[in-house]
Amino acid sequence: MGIILIGERINGSFKDVGRAIQEKDASVIKEWVQKQEAGGANYLDVNMGAASRKTEDWVWLVKTTLEYTKLPLSLDCNKVEMFRPALEVCREMAPDKIHLLNSTTAEDHRLGPLVEMAAEFNTSLLGVVMDERGSPQDVDRRVELGAKIFGAAFEGGLEPDRIFLDPIVMPVKFMQEQAKNVLEAIQQFTMLSDPPPHISIGLSNVASKTTERKLINRTFLVMAVAMGLDAAIVDVCDEDLVNAVAAAELVMNYEIYSDGFLKARQ
Amino acid sequence: MLPDIKKAWGGKINAVTIGATAAEGGTRGYTVQVGGSATLPFLNFEGETARPVIAMEIWDVYPEDWPDVLKEPFGDALKDPVAWAKKCIEMGADLICLRLMGCNPDRENRPVADAVRVVKALLAGMPAPLIIWGCGNAEKDNELFPAVAEAAAGENCLLGTATEDNYKTLTAVCTAYKHKLIGESPCDVNIAKQVNILVADMGFPMSDIVIYPTSGALGYGLEYIYSVMERARLAGLKGDAMLAQPMVSDIGIEVWGVKEARVTEAEVPEWGSQKERAPLWEAATAGVYCAGGADMVILRHPRAVETVKKTIAGLAG
Repeated sequence: MGIILIGERINGSFKDVGRAIQEKDASVIKEWVQKQEAGGANYLDVNMGAASRKTEDWVWLVKTTLEYTKLPLSLDCNKVEMFRPALEVCREMAPDKIHLLNSTTAEDHRLGPLVEMAAEFNTSLLGVVMDERGSPQDVDRRVELGAKIFGAAFEGGLEPDRIFLDPIVMPVKFMQEQAKNVLEAIQQFTMLSDPPPHISIGLSNVASKTTERKLINRTFLVMAVAMGLDAAIVDVCDEDLVNAVAAAELVMNYEIYSDGFLKARQ
Repeated sequence: MLPDIKKAWGGKINAVTIGATAAEGGTRGYTVQVGGSATLPFLNFEGETARPVIAMEIWDVYPEDWPDVLKEPFGDALKDPVAWAKKCIEMGADLICLRLMGCNPDRENRPVADAVRVVKALLAGMPAPLIIWGCGNAEKDNELFPAVAEAAAGENCLLGTATEDNYKTLTAVCTAYKHKLIGESPCDVNIAKQVNILVADMGFPMSDIVIYPTSGALGYGLEYIYSVMERARLAGLKGDAMLAQPMVSDIGIEVWGVKEARVTEAEVPEWGSQKERAPLWEAATAGVYCAGGADMVILRHPRAVETVKKTIAGLAG
């Protein structure tokens, strides 16, 4: 019952992956599949970033990743219509995996169709707690939107363990008061149902434009785990980060201690 | 809509096969599978539950110090390991557990060659899959294991035990001669996991390990042991690969060492017949471990075997 680590690296916003998408260079994708699997990833996030908006490029990226990995994918995309072609590829190439749709918001025109798609393709669904009014600035609004997403997904046939909620992490450099709000929202998400939904964050945002990014990432992740977070999109090749997660899993009594606990997480 | 309250575990306990038939490169008459459950013991409405299997214990030497009520059902067979093993099979044993007691330096200190001779005789003389348990002295066991593992090559035996301080020799010979391995930990789930990590780190497959979390007789700390077993089992079912191994409980040696089994009726009349009491103590102890997650119990008395089989059949439905 450890923390679910979603490897962030297959993302077109990184220069090498962006270039790989444009040049259809599978070797770069293969390399990041292998590195992230070795780092302990449980899912691989797949995101085109700013590299392309074309459906064919998106399908290529999903297909290429699936060719090299046995892990489930986190299909990371903000256009509702892009999910179906990717899901069809997943159903064909990795039918026995529970993939993750990443993501819906609380907006009705996204939430409804994506819940239906998650049910149809037997995937999990990640909901980010924002709506037409943008990202929440306080705890209550986060919980309100989290409850809305959870309710819609559950009513739509997704069990709690197929639902991931993201409280939206903000950069500590620019919105310093938000980090604590996120932590408190995480704790309240755990009370939405029993068993609770998964709670996930895109970690690297917290340390955006800071010095000591790795330290801030690691510190925030461990604090979030203490509040009940059980998933995160992270750099799984950051050994210190993954080791801190392994230690946090012991402190939370999620994993049974052994002297070789760092080896056991691999 | 309400969630389904039946527990769906993310993990499954490994199934470890012991023995090899001619088709598999050995000479056993049959093989036995230990473990393989997908949920807690006997909750067969939730998923696959593997029935615990029963091994009976024999020695490489005559068990001089066994109480008469334990010797009596076997008679002269106790003088010959092959005859003894055959008797156990007749009495319902699924496997035979040879304990190399006679090689212990504090006892007869028999040489390695004697152990090899007994192992070879057993493999030639009876059809059951074989467990080979060391003499209990780490130094001597490290001399015994390479020789007996080689003598039993191809037979897919279960050899034990590896401990946190002494696992390298056994792991190496089990790898070389393709045997399964028992990892021992002293009533400690953290060490149970650690032994598996150490053994796996040498390249030994996690799927070929059986956990021995040590055992205690009824009235002698049994509740500590089964708590550890339950914790290990829950972790394994939740998906902890380092605790997804089947577990063995070594019951006979514990029960037949405590006064409730050893004392005669003449010594303590109010405890009643030893012949009734002692096998019952052994069966009651084994039943608790089966409920706690044991996938295999090692027993001595045929009446205990009979009773435990009934218990298992009753619980398994």
